[in-house]
Amino acid sequence: MNPIQFFLRHQREILQATGEHIWLVGLTMLFAIAIGVPLGILVTRRPWLSKPILGGANIAETIPSLALFGFLLPLPWLGGRADRLAIAALTLYALLPIIRNTSAGIAGVDRAVREAARGMGMTDRQILFQVELPLSFSTMLAGIRIATVLTIGIATIAAAVGAGGLGEFIFRGLAMVNNQLILAGAIPAALLALAADFVLGVLERRLRPVR
Amino acid sequence: MTDATPSECSREAVIEFRHVNFTISNRQLLNDVSFTVGLGETLVLLGRSGAGKTTALKMINRLLVPNSGEVLVEGRGTLEWDPIALRRKIGYVIQDIGLFPHYTVTQNIALVPRLERWPAERVQTRVREMFDLVGLHGKTFEHRYPHQLSGGQRQRVGVARALAADPDILLMDEAFGALDPMTRGEMQNEFKALERNINKTVVIVTHDVGEALVLGTRIGLMDAGKIAQIYSPHDFVRTTDSLVAGYVAQLRVYEEAKEEK
Repeated sequence: MNPIQFFLRHQREILQATGEHIWLVGLTMLFAIAIGVPLGILVTRRPWLSKPILGGANIAETIPSLALFGFLLPLPWLGGRADRLAIAALTLYALLPIIRNTSAGIAGVDRAVREAARGMGMTDRQILFQVELPLSFSTMLAGIRIATVLTIGIATIAAAVGAGGLGEFIFRGLAMVNNQLILAGAIPAALLALAADFVLGVLERRLRPVR
Repeated sequence: MTDATPSECSREAVIEFRHVNFTISNRQLLNDVSFTVGLGETLVLLGRSGAGKTTALKMINRLLVPNSGEVLVEGRGTLEWDPIALRRKIGYVIQDIGLFPHYTVTQNIALVPRLERWPAERVQTRVREMFDLVGLHGKTFEHRYPHQLSGGQRQRVGVARALAADPDILLMDEAFGALDPMTRGEMQNEFKALERNINKTVVIVTHDVGEALVLGTRIGLMDAGKIAQIYSPHDFVRTTDSLVAGYVAQLRVYEEAKEEK
């Protein structure tokens, strides 16, 4: 049986797994953005927090993913359900690029623009929401794009703790030494990553401030 | 004997520096600076880079606060003012202009009126007036972004933005410094005409003697964090003070070169 026939025969399962995968990644990104963007802003406001926050996110990034899933397993609320566990671990991985790009974007705003804003009598909040955030949007989005592509890849490992997604095929294929099964997980995952990269890339370019 | 009370005196002086010192990381940027700027005057702070001109200017809108001494605006110390309220009544133009790149020219000019929650129609009218005031054709420029303007046009927008909310005080920090000499000269002349119409208290920072003489009603020479003396333009070119003489000599070089040709 050639791979195309295999794909067609298992169409429904593959689509379902792809759906699960998107759901995992989507929720992860929502959490990662909700936590990462405020942390990135905080870093620019309280420079002494930059080392602990970025350092912490950096360390999370270095933990091998399989080990991280294992570490979180004994936690009471998280360990109870595989998808919660997977999303928590994936969120930790996605944080670093988002925090770093948010703070870099804000730090990259032209000093003269910030000084003019302050000199005109804008409050800190107004400067943040009307000047700094709009001007760092594309840099922030670049971080979100990196984090999304990263998460789509790592999410395949979530299948190891039973969270479902395209990793199911990969792990099953590995166990059964069946390349077609492995490809049934790997190819859709790769396509998802490429698609996310493309769409977010277009958005990023459209939002890039003109100089 | 005059029976002027101190409060009447301070009403006359719109800006007053009283023994202001400012030190940052062991460098004394301002050393016992005292001066006043009266209503409708244009004071030029002239001096080399690092003389403390910009530092002094930033004290007025409380971007900086003195280590000792005080700066009074309309009779109240800058620390007693709400900094936001203070800054909104003071126009501020800097060399790099700092137009918001994500705002159109119109949005840039409307910034402070909008922050002050003026009704939309009044903002619109005001923006149109500002285009006329700084000599830009509104229809041509209203929808453009700063990166689509030339340096001179950008500086005009910067001045328009600073004047939009009709502030009583205008601060200009090397406002024309980044322009080519031709455009700079034009802008200085136009600003001089504009100055007469708007009747504001203006403080200008520059290292250009020509600009000081064209725009200033008084010229304060700054050196190493101090203000030596404040001159009228008339006295400035005639004084025998050695520091001033250095600046005046700079002008003579051009004059002599012109005569030689």
